[in-house]
Amino acid sequence: MDLVPTEEQEMITGMVRRFVREEILPLELNLDPDADELPDADRKRLTEKTRAMGLYGLDIPPEFGGPEIDLVTRTLIAIETSQHRAGLYAPCYGVFGGGGLAQLFEATEAQQARYLHPMLRGEKSGFFGLTEPSGGSDPARAIQTRAVREGDDWIINGGKIFISGADRADFGLVFARTDPDKGRNGVTCFIVDTDTPGFHVRRVVHTLRSARYAIELQFEDMRVPHANVLGAVNGGFAIANDRLSRQRIPYAAGCIGVATKAHELALEYAPQRQTFGAPLSSRQAIQWMLVDNEIDIRQARWLTLEAAARAQRGDPFRKEAAMAKLVATEAGSRVVDRCMQIFGGYGVTKDFPFERWYREMRIRRIGEGPNEVQRHIIARDLLGASLR
Amino acid sequence: MPIRLDKPWLSLDAAAGLPGQLGVFELADEAGKVRYIGYAGGRSRFGLRSEVSAAADRIPEARRFRVEVTTAYLTRYRELLMAHEADQGALPPHNEPMPRLGRLSPGS
Repeated sequence: MDLVPTEEQEMITGMVRRFVREEILPLELNLDPDADELPDADRKRLTEKTRAMGLYGLDIPPEFGGPEIDLVTRTLIAIETSQHRAGLYAPCYGVFGGGGLAQLFEATEAQQARYLHPMLRGEKSGFFGLTEPSGGSDPARAIQTRAVREGDDWIINGGKIFISGADRADFGLVFARTDPDKGRNGVTCFIVDTDTPGFHVRRVVHTLRSARYAIELQFEDMRVPHANVLGAVNGGFAIANDRLSRQRIPYAAGCIGVATKAHELALEYAPQRQTFGAPLSSRQAIQWMLVDNEIDIRQARWLTLEAAARAQRGDPFRKEAAMAKLVATEAGSRVVDRCMQIFGGYGVTKDFPFERWYREMRIRRIGEGPNEVQRHIIARDLLGASLR
Repeated sequence: MPIRLDKPWLSLDAAAGLPGQLGVFELADEAGKVRYIGYAGGRSRFGLRSEVSAAADRIPEARRFRVEVTTAYLTRYRELLMAHEADQGALPPHNEPMPRLGRLSPGS
């Protein structure tokens, strides 16, 4: 892998960096410190700008209208778009668009017409319904939501938890057990309209992310047509698993972006802040914090770019994506913690972004598979059959 | 935590004695109907104290209020709006429409 960004990558990331600094950061000064949405007028205006830049819908494949930008470059862009207060969970407040539910790119033509194309046009939104109260990291065993075939329909009963956006969505991907005896080969993915009778948004789940909640869903005799099965019956595990591996790369990139911004703020502050007659940056304790930040960020960055490069080449990348997620979330947590320490009392106020990053970064060590699961994935790859 | 706010109603005179903490609140009229749901966020000057007083000044029929101190004020605020809409079929009359507000079917 070439460790030097290409001229084109430098140009694109520079353009995105300017966009964040000139468009997002000034707006953020007037938003609630926990906000995760822009006012409508600003959102529309900035979305037009990202379209004009040719960078809207980065994760949409070119054949569906997305820009032709490779995964390594998209990862570099994700590191840039997260460099602001809301950046970890709402990079640039969504004005670069998203790929939506990437699983729908493999859907049938009829499913694409009904769900994918409206989603790409911004007319519909969807949610990803995998995690249940019994767990989310081990879908092969944890899924207890049941789907039973009845004529041309499936009847779904059960529930999901920690689901983002399900209360606002028009449809969602719901994973349910269709064969109780087949473990990972007994799970099916269904496309479910949220106005289906029996679909209930039971409660908001409050978390450390005070701007965006998770949702608990309940399904009571929810009837879904067989035509809404995504992929093959009992083929849902592969859909879930592929998504989990791919998602770890941008997840890591967001942590790197926030850590980079926190470190930049600390590097600016330490020479200015005077303590006992000398700049804070003259203290070895502070210098070592800054050095450790730099090393943490670089380690996370290269591991994440390596995972992206392997995925881009079509090589196996499950282990590398797990390493990237593991290292970036833990490094990001350490960096934000050190920067907060350097800023002292100001670091814990809502005047600065550190307290939000500190809370949200904590979730990152659990989300998209807890870090213990990432270590398990890596160990399984290293030890192979001897571990089983 | 209950979905609907279950703190005791207080008269508006008590607003001056509120803490400066972050949180959510409801304002009701004489008959106890909720007229407005609001929050005191990270940019409010004196937290619940200033936000409840300011909202009461804007809403002539407000007679009482109740508050809940929470740092998750934004998600709790949206949850209260969704619960109110589920129960009453509409937002409180003094809340602006929220185009991207979710929906809730919380049961009783």
